[in-house]
Amino acid sequence: MKYERVAITDEAIKIVEELKAKYGELIFHQSGGCCDGSAPMLFEKEDMYLDDSDILLGQLVGVNYYMNQDQFEYWKHTHLTVDVTEGRGSSFSLEIPLGVRFIIHSRILTEKENKVLNNL
Amino acid sequence: MSYSKPKFEEKYGNFINGKFAAPVGGEYFENSSPIDNSLIAKYARSQKEDVNNAVAAANAAKDAWGKTSAAERAALLNKVADIIEANLEEFALVETCDNGKAIRETLNADIPLSIDHWRYFAAVIRAEEGSATELDVNTLSMNIKEPLGVVAQIIPWNFPLLMLSWKLPPALAAGNCVILKPAEQTPSTATLLMEKIADVFPPGVINIIHGFGPEAGKPLASHSGVNKVAFTGETTTGQLIMQYASKNLNPVTMELGGKSPNIFFNSVMDEDDAFLDKAIEGAVLFAFNQGEVCTCPSRILVQEEIYDKFMEKVVARTKAINQTNPYDINCMMGAQASNDQYEKILSYIKIGKEEGAKVLAGGDVCKLEGELANGYYIQPTILEGHNKMRVFQEEIFGPVVAVTKFKDEAEALEIANDTLYGLGAGVWTRDAHQLYQIPRAIKAGRVWVNCYHAYPAHAPFGGYKKSGFGRENHLMMMNHYRQTKNMLISYDKNKLGFF
Repeated sequence: MKYERVAITDEAIKIVEELKAKYGELIFHQSGGCCDGSAPMLFEKEDMYLDDSDILLGQLVGVNYYMNQDQFEYWKHTHLTVDVTEGRGSSFSLEIPLGVRFIIHSRILTEKENKVLNNL
Repeated sequence: MSYSKPKFEEKYGNFINGKFAAPVGGEYFENSSPIDNSLIAKYARSQKEDVNNAVAAANAAKDAWGKTSAAERAALLNKVADIIEANLEEFALVETCDNGKAIRETLNADIPLSIDHWRYFAAVIRAEEGSATELDVNTLSMNIKEPLGVVAQIIPWNFPLLMLSWKLPPALAAGNCVILKPAEQTPSTATLLMEKIADVFPPGVINIIHGFGPEAGKPLASHSGVNKVAFTGETTTGQLIMQYASKNLNPVTMELGGKSPNIFFNSVMDEDDAFLDKAIEGAVLFAFNQGEVCTCPSRILVQEEIYDKFMEKVVARTKAINQTNPYDINCMMGAQASNDQYEKILSYIKIGKEEGAKVLAGGDVCKLEGELANGYYIQPTILEGHNKMRVFQEEIFGPVVAVTKFKDEAEALEIANDTLYGLGAGVWTRDAHQLYQIPRAIKAGRVWVNCYHAYPAHAPFGGYKKSGFGRENHLMMMNHYRQTKNMLISYDKNKLGFF
């Protein structure tokens, strides 16, 4: 069985697909900090400079999901599910003009998942 | 006493070149009140063309504005302060409607503090001087502060008029023209201010652009006609803005939030007096502005000997918070600013419980009746746990505090500094040595000692670590909006002798 750190709901997939059709290749980057922080941001693939400090958590409908290494250290024991809700986050995330906002639901990794994903 | 929802026009444009302008594309977005989810008004959904117009207006105005005297600029800043003060109640009401916060906070904190920031920067530019140094008997080095030119400012939704008043006055006082983008959740008080002060400044000096981040914020942050970008928000957008600024080799300032520790030492409970009462309030300040504050004291650290007794009082004080109609003067905590914010906070309460945190207070939505049933209300929530839990590490931006205990000073500091952020911190003690040594050892830009959530205009504010860089408020803020012209003057008639 394959274990994943990230998942996505059907509703969120619809939004991602809609934006992929409009913008082409995309990435998710998990934000931190104030205001609209702690939410996933969706950008055009080339928009954000990524390097070794960005951890690839997984791929959702062909879109890579990244998080900064520092933040990952505090998050790695949890599983994230990208969902979408009505709302108006202020950031550069591409879904905002649609009147919706990606959010994440989290749960603790199971013992088995932790073993496979975090070597614990 | 209770107020009611203020009246608005059907729609509002941008403010460009001294007047309101419809968005070039003709599109507007609907802005609703988080108090009851009712429509406030429609605001301009700006695109790149609108941003271009605003940047052009600012560039056309910058030379003349940059040459105005400090006395002239100060007089105009004071005029803005007087206008806001004369309309204080109206600004407070519109702010409460747009953001959802309690009217007693907008009347007594947001708007009065905003007024003071305009007056502070009007005052400092009159008192400030450049410098001149005689490097040797014939050589004079003269430092003259010059404005950068055109500044872009992107502000958040948690204190809409106050964040505008943190950003605009120092940039204007320094002689810059500005394009400011309010958050799309809270465009109303910026618009109201422009209505009231439309004729105060020359056209193009202040420009306000509404709209969404990807459509209006990004073209503004990356515009080659801008000389500096100031941003308050979260880390990913901060990183993107720095990237765009790097293309233009522009300076930036970043205020990106925190996970501020609020530390209570044993001596706090040595007496049952006014100071203990103040300290308990200091802990409960996590609920101030519904927790939507970058410096929300969202981690309470209590020394173990007093933990049970102290937390008993904090829990009781938290449970006494009156959540009712935010327009009611007795309301102590209003609505969260938007639905997505509301959902995010609830998802954090859920993961906190799942990680094993114990709920000492709240832990659920707050259901209000009638029209308020459509608003976004959450109970002030205290979660007991340990510092590795995600609710201790991430900025929830809601009325949720995570509490834990510590043994001694070393452990207090270890926990306090075990965070990605370093914006604010609180230290509460009656011990004179701790009063100085603990704040010095905390890696944060602002440490409140025996107080919290005070934001006077003449105390510098800003972050360490991933909370950003640059300072706001205080005279030193001016230097983030200026560059230094050094004139090196020789009074020696003789040549160097090389050629």
